[in-house]
Amino acid sequence: MEKFIGVDYYNVESLLTEEEILIRNSVREFVDKEIIPIIEQNYREGVFPKHLVQKMAELGIFGMTLPAKYGCAELNNVAYGLVMQELERGDSGLRSFASVQSGLVMYPIYKFGSEEQRAKLLPLLAQGSVIGCFGLTEPDYGSNPGGMITKAEKLDGGYILNGTKMWITNGTIADIAIVWAKLNGVVKGFIVEKGIEGFTAPEMKGKHSLRASVTSELIFQDVFVPESHLLPNASGLKSPLMCLNQARYGIAWGVVGSMMATYDTALKYAKSRIQFSKPIAGYQLTQNKLVFMLTEITKAQLLNLQMAKLKDAGKVKHTQISLAKRNNCELALDIARMAREILGANGILDEYPVMRHSANLESVKTYEGTHEMHTLIIGEDITGLAAFD
Amino acid sequence: MKIAVCVSHVPDTAAKIMVGADGKKIDSNGVAFVLNPYDEYAIEEALKLKEKTGGEVIAISVGGEANKESIRKALAMGIDSAVLLREDDDRDSSGIATALADEIKAQEIELVFFGKQSVDFDNSITGQLTAEILGYNCVSVAVAFSLEGNEITAEREIEGGREVIKTSLPAVITAQKGLNEPRYASLKGIMSAKKKVIEEKTAAPYIKNVELISMKKPASKQAGRILGSDASAVPELVNLLRTEAKVI
Repeated sequence: MEKFIGVDYYNVESLLTEEEILIRNSVREFVDKEIIPIIEQNYREGVFPKHLVQKMAELGIFGMTLPAKYGCAELNNVAYGLVMQELERGDSGLRSFASVQSGLVMYPIYKFGSEEQRAKLLPLLAQGSVIGCFGLTEPDYGSNPGGMITKAEKLDGGYILNGTKMWITNGTIADIAIVWAKLNGVVKGFIVEKGIEGFTAPEMKGKHSLRASVTSELIFQDVFVPESHLLPNASGLKSPLMCLNQARYGIAWGVVGSMMATYDTALKYAKSRIQFSKPIAGYQLTQNKLVFMLTEITKAQLLNLQMAKLKDAGKVKHTQISLAKRNNCELALDIARMAREILGANGILDEYPVMRHSANLESVKTYEGTHEMHTLIIGEDITGLAAFD
Repeated sequence: MKIAVCVSHVPDTAAKIMVGADGKKIDSNGVAFVLNPYDEYAIEEALKLKEKTGGEVIAISVGGEANKESIRKALAMGIDSAVLLREDDDRDSSGIATALADEIKAQEIELVFFGKQSVDFDNSITGQLTAEILGYNCVSVAVAFSLEGNEITAEREIEGGREVIKTSLPAVITAQKGLNEPRYASLKGIMSAKKKVIEEKTAAPYIKNVELISMKKPASKQAGRILGSDASAVPELVNLLRTEAKVI
């Protein structure tokens, strides 16, 4: 296959530092060599490529923005975004794994955990020797996580957890779960270890999307969690929502990688596919599609970069992250579908990455806040009127 | 032990190459440059050896400011420090080898790795020339390497098999694909590369043996000819294959 050389119509690269470019290139090379050659088969068979966890850890991807004293790379949010972008150019499932491990497991431990919890778990999570998952969503509480019914009850020396979580990325393969449950009506975070009595994590089957990623249920039946496993500094729904913000940030960048993959495939295909007298890239309807794709990729790149600068300056609003997540996921899906159209019937084959990306993006557009919820979050921000409770 | 890896900065193999206006250089506008791919095998071998026996690995490169980009990648992979021998003109292979040999000698380095060739000019000779100037032993196009004390065992790919070679330090080894699996520059490695030193020196003078007169792109392929679409075209096809293409 021809080497991927990036999509950069506006010389956005000139806004990056030398280190940021090196980081992106290193992960790009990793994706080209380790993910792209194997991912179609993993996707077809519905198997997460678990051997890549160790390799991603060696690259230093997990918790890459956290401090060096926990074994992390201590990078800025531009670099983090670029890494997510490259991973998702490979597959949304791999990016999801890295997002969960970094933004939904390491971040809450760092942000809400005790120093003891940080020192013990963060280096292991960074090395990939411990895999984590994040349990917030429940079968009946998706967009309304505040309604959760998973409950914690105080006991001597710890807590008893009861409840069910659903749609949990990495659940079945995770060694620890960050679980959110109500204690006397207030949302609290707990670190629950695999193998503890009463805790099971069956894998959810039958997905047409994110097939190279593990999605699970987490079931808690009178699970005892020791006091030392409570995240002491998390309180209320705001804490898990802060974690989701990290994940949404990564998604906003990640899906641009997916856009690049489907656009690049469509462009190359259109230039080589001859119908009637010339390559289909020479027809106006195809050019219209390609130009739409390139324009939206360019806008998303600039949007992400400014969001990263705001985040690095500690000034980003969660509504701004919602806007980027909402916009980029929708456009990534539009672009994937357009790429499929350009590829015609070939677009449905797994010889090309287009259909896989398209199917993945249905999930990505939905998880970490649906498109609709992000619309309402921004709507409330600009009008001052909430359209939901 | 101090080990050197000589690295070059070359156009990305995926880049579309055009000849520049002077007809003597490529037009580097819009062309991405990268660390020479074969040098990555050389770097990996040097790092593996360092991890086993300890010591220090330095990268040496001949060229201008832009070479620092590839040097940074080498440092990010784990090379300890680097020397950039400044030269803003284009040197031929012997001019580059002269500069490298001068630095290797000054630093008293007895083991030097090269990529088997740079994918810009593809002369596949700089490593061997450097060994010759220094009076070092040389194994080129190596696909296996080990060092015990002063003794080197290396393997080369030959037609239909491999040959095993024994030699001793001081030596130059040029690396072929298959020698190892080069590591990725890790994110931490990239950040720590920022703090590593790239020492700049003037490249030693050389005698220009070869002059590049002009560059041109290969002639574009001529369009094919369709003789017909059914059996009636066969006699003419056979005739042309015999008289024009002269392949039957």
